[in-house]
Amino acid sequence: MNMFQSIGEVFVLGWRTFLALPLAWRHRRKVFDQFFEIGNASLLMVCILSFFIGAVLVLQSGPVLVERGLANYVGGMVGITMCKELAPVMISVLIAGRIGSAMAAEIGSMQVYHEIDALRTMNINPVHYLVLPRMLALALALPMLVIFAIMVGWLGGAIVAASNLRIAIPMRPYFETMREIVEVGDVANGVFKSFCFALIVGVICCHQGMDTIGGPRGIGRSVTKAVVNSIIMIVILDYVLSRLLLE
Amino acid sequence: MNADPNHRGVKVSVRGLRKSYRGQEVLKGLGFEVQPGEVFVIMGPSGSGKSVLLRHLIGLESPDAGEIRIGDEPVSCAQTMHKYRLAMVFQSGALLNSLTVGENVGLYLAEHRTQSPEEIARVVSDKLAVVGLKGTEDRMPAELSGGMKKRVALARALVMEPQLILYDEPTSELDPLSAVVIAHEIVNLNRRIGVTSLVVTHERALAFGIAQRIAVMDAGQVLVTGTPDEIRRCGIAEVRKFLNADLNLVTKTQPS
Repeated sequence: MNMFQSIGEVFVLGWRTFLALPLAWRHRRKVFDQFFEIGNASLLMVCILSFFIGAVLVLQSGPVLVERGLANYVGGMVGITMCKELAPVMISVLIAGRIGSAMAAEIGSMQVYHEIDALRTMNINPVHYLVLPRMLALALALPMLVIFAIMVGWLGGAIVAASNLRIAIPMRPYFETMREIVEVGDVANGVFKSFCFALIVGVICCHQGMDTIGGPRGIGRSVTKAVVNSIIMIVILDYVLSRLLLE
Repeated sequence: MNADPNHRGVKVSVRGLRKSYRGQEVLKGLGFEVQPGEVFVIMGPSGSGKSVLLRHLIGLESPDAGEIRIGDEPVSCAQTMHKYRLAMVFQSGALLNSLTVGENVGLYLAEHRTQSPEEIARVVSDKLAVVGLKGTEDRMPAELSGGMKKRVALARALVMEPQLILYDEPTSELDPLSAVVIAHEIVNLNRRIGVTSLVVTHERALAFGIAQRIAVMDAGQVLVTGTPDEIRRCGIAEVRKFLNADLNLVTKTQPS
């Protein structure tokens, strides 16, 4: 019963945030602050993570493909996998852990120490003041980070493909075969997925924060639940979106 | 009372208020009335339901039964919060820790866009001066003492030019000198703008020092309501026990 109640509350919070969208311009300063915070906190990690995902992808699959005379497909395989699957999912999981947890902790702390009550007594809607800017910033930042991650991942793959003696595919043919296989629609597919993941991570983490009860232990519990639930929902939604986008 | 007619206090009436949490009844059908511009103190031991009552009065909680009216409107009606200006000073201050003192105090005005940033800065400075904290605009709440936090919370409430202020344990955790400053502010504010003040406390000195009327609560019920003198003369056993509780154990246990 509790789980269904939580799911219902998450949908209600998402709907209330959607209804508050006309107020977005008014809260642009807070959106920008959050956007800056997300980028500042995660750009380096995104860079490292996506570089090595691209690199290990080529390292594992490159020799197998080359041995079977499929060297022409290494660039395309990395291109498609990075932009349609690995970059959106892995970066969203990273953001859930790095940014979602911080959101849940901050809002949870505000809930526990009556700061959200104080907002309500001043007739300031916490959804407008706290949730809307965070959701918007995440929905803007995550797709941008994913585009960046796709490019870094491609580059990581290219460097390994060129430098590993068992693969030995120079950068130029690697990127040429990638260009033949990867279309703009494939990148858009990944960016759209990451936008959906951003919404789900934002709403789950903000809801967990606002649902916090108890003291520091309650905040810790909320952060854990926020991250775990976000990752589970990312994986489930990834399947659903992949299925829908394939058709 | 030299109240500005625009800031006149508002009447509060509570009838048959009931609230349970997980089957445990915290408020047991209590009721009372607070007249406009009155300093009304709700006193009682810890766990008697005072803070829960206050959260109902400001609309943070919904009662299981009973009614709360602010002026002519039920507090459950969304319009009430727009029609009347209500403010609450929380026991902890509840300042937003990510904002400076100045941003905290000016938050209501900034979010409701009632004035320009320059005007907001002027109002913030004025209100901080009223509570004796002029020049602290750029400090963070973490840099303030408990008493200063409560005074900032009071300044934040003043910015709203409220018609009703609810104080939750305003002098708890404060040294006697800071407690006197806060008590003075509560009374001065009431005299200056005629705001209705509802103070929840378990401190007898504060209650008898500032109240025009007092209600004594115990176990979710109002035991008695009256002026400070009436409360002192009250014969109800629980009230007498609360008022006469004495910590003077050293002289009592001195060997004769």
